[in-house]
Order: sequence, then C-alpha cells, then structure tokens
Amino acid sequence: MKISENWLREFINPAVDAHVLAERLSLAGIEVTSVTDALPSLDRVVVGEVKSVLPHPAADKLNICQVKAGSGRLLQIVCGAPNVHAGIKAPVILPGGRLPDGSEIRKAKLRGMESEGMLCSARELALTDDHLGLMVLPADTPVGKTLIEILGGADKVLEVEITPNRGDCLSVLGIARELGALYDQDLKMPDAKPVAAVIKDMLPVKLEAPEGCRAFTGRIIRSLNSRATTPLWLCERLRRAGVRSIHPVVDVTQYVMLELGQPMHAYDCTHIEGGIVVRWAHTGERIKLLEGNEPELDKNVLVIADHRRVLGLAGIMGGSGSAVQGGTVDIYLECAWFSPTAISGRSRRLGLQTEAGYRFERGVDPQGQLRAMERATRLLMEIAGGKPGPVTVAEEPRSKPRQVRLRRTRLEKLLGIAVPEKDVVRILSRLGMPPQVVADGWNVVPPGYRFDIEIEEDLVEEVGRIHGYNFIPSLQYPGSASMAPLPEKRLDIRRLQETLVQRGYQEVITYSFVDPGLQHRLAGQQGIALANPIATDLAEMRLSLWTGLVQTLRYNLNRQQERVRIYETGLRFILEHDDIKQENVIAGLITGPQYPLQWGLPDRPADFADLKGDVEALIALSGNLERLEVLPASHPALHPSQSAQLWLEGTDLGWLGVLHPQIAKALDIPNAVVFELKLEPLLIAHLPHSREVSRFPAIRRDLAVVVDEAVTAARLLQAARGAGGELVQDLHIFDIYRGPGIDSGRKSVALGLILQDSSRTLTNDAADAVMAKVTERLWRELGATIRD
Amino acid sequence: MQHLDDLIREAHRRIGASATLAALNDVRVHYLGKKGVLTEQLKSLGALPAAERASAGQHINDAKRLVSEALDRRKQVLEQSELDAKLAAQALDITLPGRGHEPGGLHPVTRLLARVQTLFERMGFRVETGPEIEDEFHNFDALNFKPDHPARAEMDTFYLRDWPLLLRTHTSPVQIRAMLACGAPIRVIAPGRTFRHDSDVTHTPMFHQVEGLLVDKGVSMAHLRGTLSLFLQRFFERDDLQLRFRPSYFPFVEPGAEVDIRCIFCSGSGCRICKQSGWLEVLGCGLVHPNVLKACKIDPERYTGWAFGLGVERLGMLRYGINDMRMNFDNDIRFLQQFR
Repeated sequence: MKISENWLREFINPAVDAHVLAERLSLAGIEVTSVTDALPSLDRVVVGEVKSVLPHPAADKLNICQVKAGSGRLLQIVCGAPNVHAGIKAPVILPGGRLPDGSEIRKAKLRGMESEGMLCSARELALTDDHLGLMVLPADTPVGKTLIEILGGADKVLEVEITPNRGDCLSVLGIARELGALYDQDLKMPDAKPVAAVIKDMLPVKLEAPEGCRAFTGRIIRSLNSRATTPLWLCERLRRAGVRSIHPVVDVTQYVMLELGQPMHAYDCTHIEGGIVVRWAHTGERIKLLEGNEPELDKNVLVIADHRRVLGLAGIMGGSGSAVQGGTVDIYLECAWFSPTAISGRSRRLGLQTEAGYRFERGVDPQGQLRAMERATRLLMEIAGGKPGPVTVAEEPRSKPRQVRLRRTRLEKLLGIAVPEKDVVRILSRLGMPPQVVADGWNVVPPGYRFDIEIEEDLVEEVGRIHGYNFIPSLQYPGSASMAPLPEKRLDIRRLQETLVQRGYQEVITYSFVDPGLQHRLAGQQGIALANPIATDLAEMRLSLWTGLVQTLRYNLNRQQERVRIYETGLRFILEHDDIKQENVIAGLITGPQYPLQWGLPDRPADFADLKGDVEALIALSGNLERLEVLPASHPALHPSQSAQLWLEGTDLGWLGVLHPQIAKALDIPNAVVFELKLEPLLIAHLPHSREVSRFPAIRRDLAVVVDEAVTAARLLQAARGAGGELVQDLHIFDIYRGPGIDSGRKSVALGLILQDSSRTLTNDAADAVMAKVTERLWRELGATIRD
Repeated sequence: MQHLDDLIREAHRRIGASATLAALNDVRVHYLGKKGVLTEQLKSLGALPAAERASAGQHINDAKRLVSEALDRRKQVLEQSELDAKLAAQALDITLPGRGHEPGGLHPVTRLLARVQTLFERMGFRVETGPEIEDEFHNFDALNFKPDHPARAEMDTFYLRDWPLLLRTHTSPVQIRAMLACGAPIRVIAPGRTFRHDSDVTHTPMFHQVEGLLVDKGVSMAHLRGTLSLFLQRFFERDDLQLRFRPSYFPFVEPGAEVDIRCIFCSGSGCRICKQSGWLEVLGCGLVHPNVLKACKIDPERYTGWAFGLGVERLGMLRYGINDMRMNFDNDIRFLQQFR
C-alpha cells in the first residue's frame, strides 16, 4: 500500500521526518519498505495557457503555439501533441529546465521555427503513463504557478506492507492510529459531519444474508453536475496512492476508501429497480462485471441485487449494468460492512483481486459506514453539487464485543521484561482499548476494527510492539540436563555423502516435481500429479531421482560438461496400496570418462563396474557388503542385460544399471550408468566386534579356470569358497580373458586365493589339498577346466 | 724402510686418483692382492735375518693397514657418488599432477544445512524430519491458519490433483508432528524442502527451511532473542553481530517477529545489499501460539515455547553470495564445485 506523507500528517503530525516515521512504523510491525519522493524533479515547470495554435509550415504533425506562462510576453512553443488547442492549460517546461529523465530543454529551432520551451504530457513529467497528449489542467488553474505548487507541493510516498492480520491498517486513518499510539498523540479527523437531506428519495434495503452483511447504508444523490471533473489535488492524492482517476464519483469512493479504509460503491440510480437486496447468489446466476467478464456464481458468493437482477458482487466488484458513467446525474451510494468470512477466498476463486475485496477479506471497521458515507457525500457535493437524500441504514444485531484479560504476570513471563503499568495502560488506551484495571491485570475490549485481537497473547504482542521489542534482553534458556542418545548402529547420512564426494561425485538438488513425459519414459508409469503445477514440465512428483539426474545431465551436457558424476538424496513419491509412500533414497549417475583427463591413467569411459564399485563402497560403510545380493532383473529405464536389482537380507534395496540405449538415444545423451538405493536400510549398521587376526603365515595360490560365459562370477566365487572352507581367508578375481586360446562362448577367469590357518602354520601339502578340492568342485559344478 | 714410505705415498696417490670402484679394485689388487706389492714384501721376510724380521714385519703390516684403510675410505666415497648418480638419474617431474579422482563436492544447501544443524545440535537440539506431501491439518489447521484466511491464501500452496493433500509450504508441520509424538518439554530443529507457487530471481518453487522449536516451562521472548542472537553470531562468525526484532505476523506464533541482523557487508552504513537500510532480514520467529500448543495436546498455561523458521537459500545469499536463487537448482556443475 502506498501512502502520502502529507495526507498522513493531516491526521497526525509528529515532529520527525518521513524516514524516522517509517523506521518507527517498521519497528512496530507496520513494515515500510520504501520512502520515495511523491513528485519527480519538476524544475522550471509551470502552468501555461495556450492562446493560439497555428500549423507548422514545414511539418504536418507540428503546431506553433503561443503560450502564456506567467512572464510578460507570450512564448512561442512548437508542439506535436494531438490534443493541443487554444484555451487549454497544460504544464510548460521553460528553457533551462530539465525533464525528469535529465534532458535539458533549451530555446531551439524545430524545423525552422523558434520554440521557447515545451508543452508536456503526464508521461514526459514522469507523473503517469498517460502519453496520448498534453496533461490538461483544469480551467481555473492559475497560469504561471509552478506545477509542484499546483500538485500540492513536495511529499513523500511510504510503501507499506501490511500483514494479513492487520486489515485495520489499510488506510491513512489506520496508519495514523498506529502513529497515535507510537507518539502518544490524538488524531485530527476529517470532516464527516452528517449532511442534511435535500430530497426525500430512498431505496428499501433488505438484508437476506445477515451472516454475510450486518450493516448496509445507502443514499441517493440526484442532479450531479455531469460535466464536473475531479479536482487536481484529489487526482494527485489518488496518483500518489497508485490509483488512476476515472470519474469524479468513482474517484471520491476510492479516495474515501484510501483515507478511511471503508470500501464504497456507487450505482447509476436509474438502473436500480425497486430496491436493494443483499443475498447469497443463486447457483448458476451470472453477472456482467465492470471488468467485462461474466462469472457464474454459486451459493457461496454474496451479491447486491435489486428486485430483478444481480447488481454486483458484494465487497468485490460492481456490475457493468448499473455502473456510473459519463452522463450519470443520479447515483446511489453504497457503504456496507461485509463479514470477512463472507468475502475471503471468493475474489481468488473468481480471479478478481480488487482493493475492496482485499480490505473486506482482512476486516473493515464495522462502525465506520456512516462516517464514510458522510465524508463521501461532502466531497462529492464540493466537486459536483447534487441533492443528497437521507441515509438508509439497514442493520442486524451485532455480536457482543469480546473481552480479553491480560495478566500482569503473563505479560512479563512472555515478554521477558517488565513493562511499567502506566505504559501498559497508555499503550492500550492509545490503541483504542482503554483497559479496566482488575486484581491480576487488565480487562480489555478490543475496538471493532481489530479483528486480530482475540486472546491474551495478542495483547502481549500489542504492548510489546508499541513499547518496543528491542527492549527485550537476550537470555539463554537453561541447557538440557540430559545427554542425547548416540545410536552407534545407525550410520550418519553424511558418511554416505562424503564417500561419494571422495569418489568424485558432485551432489545436486533437483526439484521434487518433474517432467511427466520424461518420468513416464524412465519409470514406465505416471507419478502423483499436482493440481496447480508451476509449469507443465514440473507437474508430477518424482517416482525416482533419476528423472532429475537425467535432466541435470542434459543441462550440463548443453554446457559442454562431458564428464558428469552426480548424486542426490531425497524423497521419492510412490503409490502403494492406495497410499502415498514418501521414501528417502540416494541416487547417482555417471557418464563420460571414468577419470578426469590426466597423464597417468588411461582415458576410458565409466562403466557398470565403476558404478558398482561406488555402490559397494556405500554398502560397505554399514558392514553389509557380504550380505549384498546382486541379481539380474529388468527395469524400464535400464539396459535389459546390463541392469541389476540389489537385495540386502531379503530387502529390495534398489537398482543399478546402464541407462537403456533407446532412452539415451531419444534424449540425445551419451550412455550413463545410474543407481538408486533406499536410504533407510543403508543406515542400519553393525556394531563392530573384534576378532583375532591369525599370527601364522598365509599362502597365496592362483588358479585360472575356463568356464562357459553363462557361469557368473558370483557362482564361481561361491563354489570356490564353499570348497575351500575356513582356510580361504580371501578370494579375488584378478583377471578375465577371452580370445585366442579360449573357445568362443567360454572365458578364462583367474582366481587368487589367500589361504591361512588360524591355529598353525599352513603347510604346502595342506594348501595343495585345498586347491585340489576347489578345482574338483569347480569342474564338477560349473564345468570349469584348468587353463594351461 | 725408505722404500715402504715411498710405497705408501705412491699407494695414497693412486687411491686418490681412482675414479671408479673398478679402478680402485685394481689398486687394491696391485698392493694387497695375492701377488700384490705388499704381499710380496711379506713373503720376502724370510730372506731377512731373524733379528730384523719382527720389526720389518711390523712395518709392512702397518703399511698394509694404512693402504687398506685408505682403500676403504675411498670405496665409501666412490659408492656414495655412484649411488648419487644413480638416484639423480631416477628424477621424477614432481610437478606432474597426481593420479586418480578429484573429489566432487556437497551442494551449497547441504553445506549450509550441516552448519545450522551442527550449531543447534551443540545446543542440545534434536533433528527431526517430516513428509513433503502434507495434509491441511499439519500444514495449516494445527498451525492456527483459519480456513479461507488471507494468510492461508498468501502461502501459494501446491495441491495434489487426485488427493486432498498438498506440498508443505514450510517446515512448521514438523513442529506439530514432533510435539504430537513427544509432547513437552522439547527442543528440535527440522531442516527440509518446502514448496510455494512462486518463481523469479529471489524465489524458486522449491526451497529449504530450517524450523526451530523449544517448548518448556517459562520460555519467553528473551530466550528466543538469546538463542537466535547466539546462533547468528556463530553462524556468521561475528561475535559483535547485532540483531533487531520487528513485530510481524505468522498465524502459529504470538507475539511474532521478524529478525534483522546488522548488514554484514557494510556494518550498517548502508549498501546495495541491505538496500541502504543497514539491516538484513534473516528469519521469522515468535512464541508458539497457544492454539498450536493446544492442537498438540500441550497445556499453554504450563508450557510456553518459541519457534523460528529460516530460509536456507537466504543464508546462502548472505554467506556465499548466491544472489540468484535459481542457481541453487540449475545444478550447473561448474557453479556447484565452488562449494565442495
């Protein structure tokens, strides 16, 4: 909300400048986000009167004007504005002056004709965006005066952000009330004395929805001067508040709303049939609005109707059928109180955000209707004359004002500081709720406009914020007497992250919502959809982190990053048994060279085994590597014969594999290897238990066997370990060979066995016996032959 | 004996002139070998009269010892220089870069979260997490957001299409879950992802918050101020960091406040980052609203508490200068690697 300092000072005038005022408001919870000059620099801009207009002899669109601008003689000014004509008054910038954009206006020749200054549009003077022609000033504007003077003098505009609980601050009056409490001063209220009725005309008003509208005041004003224009000072006040001048009647209602916080509406009286009815809309009812659209209404929307049709959406926007227009002379002014619950949410649902709706949603003073009605009538009659009728008041009984107790001890206990009693009384009184002193504190009846004060804590905040939060000292709450548990069988996720980082992975954080198309391609199913996504490619909750990782890969490939190693941790969202499962996972992706380009290692692409090594490193952290099972399985995102499902003691841990080549091709990305593991089972660790290390020497024996391609490493190792028994301390595959010397369809696998006895020195004979058993078992179970 | 002295002098000269171990060995053989000059002299002792033999033998043996010692010394010198030459030939270009992986790095948000988390863990706070898909009860109702209230509308909530659920707009629902699960007294922080329907330079539709909650007997605004003051001083490593409380509104706290710190870039004299105000807004906080305590089955007359919520990306802006929030989630590797 923008608010003029001068306007504010008509209500209350503390002896401090605008910046101090702003700071004080901010520290009381009325956040002033900026203080700016209300007017641009208007050096040497004065009011001019165009005396004559002649066409420029050398230019079609230019005119030569003789302008009276206060000096003795007429100035000759060349002007291209389409609306220039003899008799109008407009701002003139005299030679030597500068436009707000900094350009200097000099005496100059334009297409051969002398021009002594410039006639200006409102946009050229940085006042409004209006650039259709000269800024036309009212006929009674005194020629020669500076424009600054005419526009009401220098002023500051305070940009204020009001929190949604403080609807009472959405006006000059509301801010002034805050200042009254902060500076301990009375307010000077504008003239809103009742205007005597001149005519007897009235419209009957019926409140059919008392829960939505408990007070409605209306007044007919006839015979307005339809040629009247809004005076410059009022236009300028509206402009400083960011409101465009439209029509004197509309401008006055806007002005009163900005000043007093009470929205009003004016109808062209001739379009109202019978009388006014405030009711809930009928389902399916429609109304054509001022903005031109025609929403369909339902029983939740409060409307103002006459005896035939809907006239407007109560508290939000009027209809076009009864709108005040250029020729309107008889009007009906409405000034009502609508309950926040009857208005809130409606404008949002209908897509109509208006200043009136904004205020009613947050709460308008239930006692302010008559004051606003009289204030508006007075202003309107000053501008456009007219004959006012009496004010119709339709009211429903009001709810009893609530009383709130503030206990002295509670105040001190919550704020952590003792506020002197006389200050408490002064603050509450200045806020419009003079307290009644009782034994343990005060009883307070909040004013009707303070919708936010319901309980004791609300009063604690009121006293605290006016007294000043910054008097509150810093104290440390006593530390916890207990010591937090430190479960050692639970791994800290940071160790997983560090492991991947040390192995060259960069952590990324991608959005939890992803592109449904890409997700479907990778997961083979649709995810949980958002009702209101921010973009169509961020419309579904992720089923897997792979979607985000693949997007990140594409983003980086487009930036010439060919070696990508990334991981992410976070929730994935899966439908399971008609429920949404939010599961923490860790996922990674590698592509490009396994090592950064360097002299000491071969330049080779990262592959399945590289990623598997990383995954094994993660699982090893919890001491579970021996229990890991890796089984071939197929996944829509993965290469059908280069993918694996990981199991840990019967728990499906996750997936590992090469991205399906068709997917990679469709996405135009190189082949990548990915994994995704459930985080929870990875964090369950074993408490280490010490075992004695054998003191006796170990013997290494190597064995190269030739087996069919179909014989997996896992089976070879399992068979060798089974045959070797307890003497096998360690077992490795250290080479795999295919090629000359080996039949096609077979491969040679070199096994290295470390044999050791825990109770004696192993003899060569014993080692030979173990090797014989291993060789025999491999031959018998897997058809393995010894390679010569 | 004149002859022996000459011989030793000659031997010293030849030893000193030997440039290699092989040449030195030739000298050894020449004097001390089976047919060496000194060996021959010993053999010739038999030809001397018995009375002279002992003393002549003594002289020859002394000469042998002297020559032998000189040979050993020279051998050591030559071996050392031979080794030196061999090692010199093994020189590496030690400026060549090391072999293997370069470490990756943590995301700046993870780094910031870890820092916040560590500081609060040191104060005895437990870390809690909660679901990102939430229900109206935990995200709004229990937090004292009234239905249809503008405060609710201002949250710019993402809703699910086929479920009466939403994406949490703040980490505050974790407060509710923690209090319902554990009651009072309690001290927890809850870091995590949050979502709002908003996107520009300073807003991304997903961002991170850390929620803090302390409920116990006699907790006041002064305790809130004390904890936040200490935390912010530690976080920014400025022991003299000033902060101020500005009243503000969050439905789940009363009284509520926003916290500003003295601008860490200009120390309050006014700069572009603090928009000349000298202050930087860092977080929102307040005393837990009695309605929230009641919704969590905690008696507001027995217990009071404070809560705060801070934006992690905002901290990233202040601490690491990440001014465009979108950079956090573009995941440009070149950007991320600055935060290892």
